[in-house]
Amino acid sequence: MSTMLKILRYELRDVMRSRALLMYGGFFLAATWLLFQFSSDSSKALLSLANVTLLIVPLVSIILGTMFVYDAREFSELLLAHPVNRRQLFGGLYLGLAVPLAAIYAVAVAIPVMVVGVPGEQVGTVVQLLLATVYLTCIFTAIAFAIALRVEDRVRGIGTALVTWLGLAVVYDALVLLGANALYAWPLERPLLAVILLNPVDLARVVLMLNFDVSALMGYTGAVFRDFFGGSTGLLVAVGALTVWVAVPLRLGSRLLERKDF
Amino acid sequence: MIRLEGIHKRYGALAVLKGVDLEVGAGRITAIIGPNGSGKTTLIKMILGLAKPDAGRIIWNGIRLNGDGQYRAGIGYMPQIVRFPENLSGRELLAMISDLRRNPESDPDLVQRFRLEGELDKPFRTLSGGTRQKINACLAFRFSPQLLILDEPTSGLDPIAARALKEKVRKERDAGKSVILSSHMMSELEALADDVAFLLDGRIQYRGTLADLKAGTGESELEGAIAKLMTAGAVA
Repeated sequence: MSTMLKILRYELRDVMRSRALLMYGGFFLAATWLLFQFSSDSSKALLSLANVTLLIVPLVSIILGTMFVYDAREFSELLLAHPVNRRQLFGGLYLGLAVPLAAIYAVAVAIPVMVVGVPGEQVGTVVQLLLATVYLTCIFTAIAFAIALRVEDRVRGIGTALVTWLGLAVVYDALVLLGANALYAWPLERPLLAVILLNPVDLARVVLMLNFDVSALMGYTGAVFRDFFGGSTGLLVAVGALTVWVAVPLRLGSRLLERKDF
Repeated sequence: MIRLEGIHKRYGALAVLKGVDLEVGAGRITAIIGPNGSGKTTLIKMILGLAKPDAGRIIWNGIRLNGDGQYRAGIGYMPQIVRFPENLSGRELLAMISDLRRNPESDPDLVQRFRLEGELDKPFRTLSGGTRQKINACLAFRFSPQLLILDEPTSGLDPIAARALKEKVRKERDAGKSVILSSHMMSELEALADDVAFLLDGRIQYRGTLADLKAGTGESELEGAIAKLMTAGAVA
């Protein structure tokens, strides 16, 4: 077995015992259960769940990811004194957090959904929600790794992570909305497409929201997105952009680790 | 065994190492001594690849290090402070490192000398600092490495354990292993060191055997000899 997989195996053993991960799983288990219990229909429950997911998954991934890298510093140093290459270490650490985070979300959401049961046409939506979550988890964990490897100081690193999340998940949207409002007289469809491609949370949101009859919530450009992202080309572009969003911070983090002095 | 040539390293504005040349031979215990902040730990980290030199070469058994970590299979490192994963037990950690090194070999000597067997199944969070340090030592010696790097090895150990560790270091030296030792404890240096490399202001200011150092400075105690070196270095 490759060294990376060995590191992954040990990380998994450690991470799976962590309280934060269990709380994260517990939260989504409870949230999914409650939403399905108290919503009038399962489509509304899924919509609410999607909104919660788009906010919480990036937040937890980026905060836990940053803390994880700082906590793993000594362990990394320990491993690097052995015949372990830095790239292998990076891969092992990254997957050691991203995989359990994504997996526990999937389990926490899948259990209540299966118990309650959703109509056949919504199964696809659930699958898409899981896929979007896997992407968001991978992206924000990768961003967290890059931040924690770039910023020496733990408190500053976690602060940077929090600001990054706030920017991408909350402020970005507000600014886009303001801008779109101010420039309503201009043809904004294409620039807005670009603006959405530049933010992974927006990207995930647009892809998810297309499944609900709420494109109207996205204002007058909703139709444009439906045309663009609803088609198979649009979906492909969105998934491609999300993949780039995983790859770029990953590469950055890996290089930062490669050059790091312990 | 290992040779350092012209190692330079600066952290920001601070030049820590300004051209260090050092060779460590087989069957010798080489003590790196120097005041706090003189770059001893940085030098050790360079050998381990934990820090990268700005300039200079490190040659391991005739081959220049290039960023691949495989050479570390020949090194056992005992850091000054180490934090093991809190949830793992000592046995799990040892098994994990064996697995990572693809090396089933395990030297049980230190585990026996420290009477550690009973502690190995407890998770690290329940272990005392001294016990962790013992496991740290066991890990460094476990794979009978060619080169042992010991950074303040007996700090935190009780006198009996410290003595057992010193005996083990000498035993390994006599078996032909190289040892790099960094320490501030004079008794430890007196008891162990064959050779001394004195690091000051980013350079090796003195390199020779312990006996020569004492004879050269006219001091019978190592402490006095080092004090003389430091004053001489400060003047020069």
